Amino acid sequence: MEGVMQTDAKMRTESGAESSPRAPGCSLRHFACEQNLLSRPDGSASFLQGDTSVLAGVYGPAEVKVSKEIFNKATLEVILRPKIGLPGVAEKSRERLIRNTCEAVVLGALHPRTSITVVLQVVSDAGSLLACCLNAACMALVDAGVPMRALFCGVTCALDSEGTLVLDPTAKQEKEARAILTFALDSVERKLLMSTTKGLYSDAELQQCLAAAQAASQHVFRFYRESLQRRYSKS
Amino acid sequence: MAAGFKTVEPLEYYRRFLKENCRPDGRELGEFRTTTVNIGSISTADGSALVKLGNTTVICGIKAEFAAPPTDAPDKGYVVPNVDLPPLCSSRFRSGPPGEEAQVASQFIADIIQKEDLCISPGKLSWVLYCDIICLDYDGNILDACTFALLAALKNVQLPEVTINEETALAEVNLKKKSYLNIRTHPVATSFAVFDDTLLIVDPTGEEEHLATGTLTVVMDEEGKLCCLHKPGGSGLTGAKLQDCMSRAVTRHKEVKKLMDEVIKSMKPK
Repeated sequence: MEGVMQTDAKMRTESGAESSPRAPGCSLRHFACEQNLLSRPDGSASFLQGDTSVLAGVYGPAEVKVSKEIFNKATLEVILRPKIGLPGVAEKSRERLIRNTCEAVVLGALHPRTSITVVLQVVSDAGSLLACCLNAACMALVDAGVPMRALFCGVTCALDSEGTLVLDPTAKQEKEARAILTFALDSVERKLLMSTTKGLYSDAELQQCLAAAQAASQHVFRFYRESLQRRYSKS
Repeated sequence: MAAGFKTVEPLEYYRRFLKENCRPDGRELGEFRTTTVNIGSISTADGSALVKLGNTTVICGIKAEFAAPPTDAPDKGYVVPNVDLPPLCSSRFRSGPPGEEAQVASQFIADIIQKEDLCISPGKLSWVLYCDIICLDYDGNILDACTFALLAALKNVQLPEVTINEETALAEVNLKKKSYLNIRTHPVATSFAVFDDTLLIVDPTGEEEHLATGTLTVVMDEEGKLCCLHKPGGSGLTGAKLQDCMSRAVTRHKEVKKLMDEVIKSMKPK
């Protein structure tokens, strides 16, 4: 089943509930997702957010080295390859974040003493890279048929010097921003699975970003559902 | 009897304590271990600090060198942190290239520290501070200890005065005149461990980190602004739980700041 389909998703979400004179209507960029495009991995997905594009491949559940095996769950491994150069410390840090997010969601207890490997390749980076990686990883895990207790999605927020909230920032917006916050939210209760931030911001701004991210995640999950429905309903 | 139970069912053993709102080492759920700090112990480094958080021991040494300022920020210098987790500190680390834990910690520290006023001559010369953070004993909560050690060492750094000679365009270092760094923000990290998706405990030890279902680190500065909210996966948290963590982080910041001010004051007469 070669489910090659692209779904347009231009969404609009309002920023937090405060009535201060800030620019309303933070919109997410155009999304597109393609599944099952690689023949070797058990599951693969390519996720596009504006100009940022990440290709993910999932191998698993597969054989695991005895030194790495865990007796009662699957061992999850994430490899992130940057577009240019060799993977460095920043990639290791991101791999750890993505791996821990996946571990919280994947039902590893169903496949003990196996390994599930997620390989991510950055195809182009135009802002919100970590969120795009998370989305691609989730879609690839679904394509591979790995049992999960929930889906997850990544959302990036940028706060500029005046305190305006921008969702899904471009590379230019990220550079000029005072703070960049990336969240991973789960689909069942919109709880915060993973968070990583850079820059200074206040507690109130954090709550505002979190609320905006939760609203945006709803659109992302609807997009997931629609794209999967379209893929599996070939009549 | 208890030791046997602890070996066979470590999680159940912990749950028994958590039900009574305390932990095996006698602490409350929101209590930190005894923190001690010692600064200026390494005489060959420009600045140094040793921090002990219970059994977790971390030492930070800072060396200053010259470098050309970055092209996109000609009036700033560099702060290059490097966290090293040698096999000395714990049996889980092997010798060789830095493992994942060390790299993640280095990246975490690099994201928090702001570039201070390290410029000597804009566009031509600036200081680069190489911060080596070495863990001597790993018993959990490495991020808090590393942040504190780095901050204390930065406060201890004394840089000599540098003038650029007009004729030769070379830098002249006056080792007799030394001045402290001007540090604007004081980031203090507070780490939490999540148990069974609901319970939050502060300052986890090595065993607690191993049994936890997730961790969370909040880095705050003195104005209540957040420098970093680091939650690498693990069980989900609601907004209300995050609020509790914030308030605990604020109190922790006050405690740490008080401790550091005391230590700095006791050092000053030198």
